Amino acid sequence: MSVTTFLTRTHGRGRLDWTDWLSYAYLLVGLFTMFAPILWLVMSSFKTESAIGQFPPTFLPYSQKSVTVQGHEKPLPLFLTKTESGELREMAQVRRIGIMATMVDPAKPETEIRVNINDRKPINELQFAGNNYTDLFGKFSFGKYLWNSVFITVVATLLTLLINSMAAFALSKYQFRGQKAVFMLIIATLMIPPTIILVPVFLVINSVGLLNSLWGVILPAIATPTGVFLLRQYMLTIPDELLEAARMDHASEWRIYWKIILPLSAPALAVLAIFSVMWRWNDFLLPLIVLSKPEFFTLQLALNSFQGELNTQWHYLLAMTVITLIPITLVFAFLQKYITTGIASAGVK
Amino acid sequence: MHWLTRLMGIFFNLFEPLFRLGQRVLGVSRIGWLFVAPNLMVFGLFTFLPILINFVYAATGGVKLMPFERPFTGVENFGILFECRNYFDIQTCRKDVFWRAIFNTAKFSVIQVVLMVGFSLVTALVLNRKIIGRGFWRGVFFYPVLLSPVVVALIWKWLLQSQGVFNAALVATGNEPIGWLTDAGWAFFWTVFVSIWAHMGFYTLILLAGLQAIPKDMYEAAEMDAASPWRTLRRITLPLLMPNLIVVLVLAMIRAVQIFDEVFVLTGGGPGSATTFIVQFIYQTGFAEQIHLYGLAAAASLVLALGLMLLTFVQLRLTKASEAGQRAR
Repeated sequence: MSVTTFLTRTHGRGRLDWTDWLSYAYLLVGLFTMFAPILWLVMSSFKTESAIGQFPPTFLPYSQKSVTVQGHEKPLPLFLTKTESGELREMAQVRRIGIMATMVDPAKPETEIRVNINDRKPINELQFAGNNYTDLFGKFSFGKYLWNSVFITVVATLLTLLINSMAAFALSKYQFRGQKAVFMLIIATLMIPPTIILVPVFLVINSVGLLNSLWGVILPAIATPTGVFLLRQYMLTIPDELLEAARMDHASEWRIYWKIILPLSAPALAVLAIFSVMWRWNDFLLPLIVLSKPEFFTLQLALNSFQGELNTQWHYLLAMTVITLIPITLVFAFLQKYITTGIASAGVK
Repeated sequence: MHWLTRLMGIFFNLFEPLFRLGQRVLGVSRIGWLFVAPNLMVFGLFTFLPILINFVYAATGGVKLMPFERPFTGVENFGILFECRNYFDIQTCRKDVFWRAIFNTAKFSVIQVVLMVGFSLVTALVLNRKIIGRGFWRGVFFYPVLLSPVVVALIWKWLLQSQGVFNAALVATGNEPIGWLTDAGWAFFWTVFVSIWAHMGFYTLILLAGLQAIPKDMYEAAEMDAASPWRTLRRITLPLLMPNLIVVLVLAMIRAVQIFDEVFVLTGGGPGSATTFIVQFIYQTGFAEQIHLYGLAAAASLVLALGLMLLTFVQLRLTKASEAGQRAR
């Protein structure tokens, strides 16, 4: 079967009608709109500092070729130069004063000639500037920011799973006075977006001494109503007989929780873990008010502070953005199914 | 993985004595309190307590952070927010930025939500057709949803900067470059565009789930009656999708009213206050400016809370109406 018939084949109907063509056209436009900006970002992040300032920009990371010439310490930029005799030669530029440039032939470093800057054209070559990435770790405290982000994400996610599963267990497997009220109270917090209690949350974090501490970002976020709701709905489907059988064997309630309920809730825990990782990794407003000292910055805060500088160093900023993209992209690539079912079933985000 | 299981065993066993004691004191059913305690403590400290303190801040003045050090001022903060010499002219208001922020937020929410729900609906309808590689295409629209707001803003800032690819395209076709983020009108347009770009995948997913729940025999019956696709859409698909559409509409509205991160990084609220929205006003008043006016910020967040409550109320009303409509059908 040829490729075209495979691609244009539809269920039921024999051929594509115009609405199918329109659909695919729409999807292709969508593909371009969604991914072209990201592709452009990734390609730009490999440009050298000089290439990134060029206008008009190129898609591929071209930058000027340079060459080491005897007698000169630094590598010199190469130009295609029109000499007096009219022939074109590859020459390196030693210096430039006003509109005149002093050029030298790399093969014969003794003879220098002076040409008008309009008589020479830079020679570009494809060059991926990997040092945009490697420099981040030496020149900036990038390792520190990365560590802060990873620490917050991992610790907050583990604590989220622990305390939300405990609450969900209590709300699904016990009948105690006030249980309904507790559940309603927790669900009610869904209605209170963090943005409207910004000032008092800042006060509380300050009062318990967590200002400029990673824990000041972790602790306020670990109890999530969506997490409790998601896990409770799942635990309700676990039969109570299992608990009764364990009680017969004199297992303590705590043991029942972590030996029986937790392993059985693994699918729901996985969904919550994925969401928690995304929430904490991408968090911005809370870290912005809690972490004001640069040594506690997360990646998001570091990105924000770099872009605000007067002379934005785009080549580093873009590389940093790409690194920040990577974990989320991996989550997307491997766990998309869990995320989409999680959203479609619970409407959480 | 074996060591991980053992590590978890050691960790959980640490709490065994505490819960055994709890079980002896409280009994088996009331031990539930012990399980919800950590969650309630966190909620209490970081959600319920702040809700109460927010009222204290809104009713007190000064620049002190500690509530008991702040002088009581009653409704003065609200007075400052709403005071205008002439209510038909924003410039005569004492806090004109607040009014601009409210106006911008309202304008942004309406435009963004209408466009976003529109695009999400079209996308969901297309994805619900018999197309090859549906999972892939769904992923295409969903991927930006996962990106952090800061990353989203930086991607677009890089494209839209004065030397960016958009201006390169303009110059290449013989036009003048445009200050995409420094011209008030264009900056507003891009805040709308970028937020739709980043979030429409989420709403598409909810609508797609709704579309797939519509029974197939409905469409077969319509085909038997030789109903036109347009008529099928209007008479079957849209009415049956209504509950999901309402959810999406209200969810999108509640999020749009609270827009902050992307815009803050993309435009910083500028040029001037062209893209300053209400949450940014709260952030700036309470935290970013030289003098931290916590009371004013808290008062503004109460205004925002009121707006959100109204939206939630509208949602409940709409859902009820739609359910009644379903029953009547």
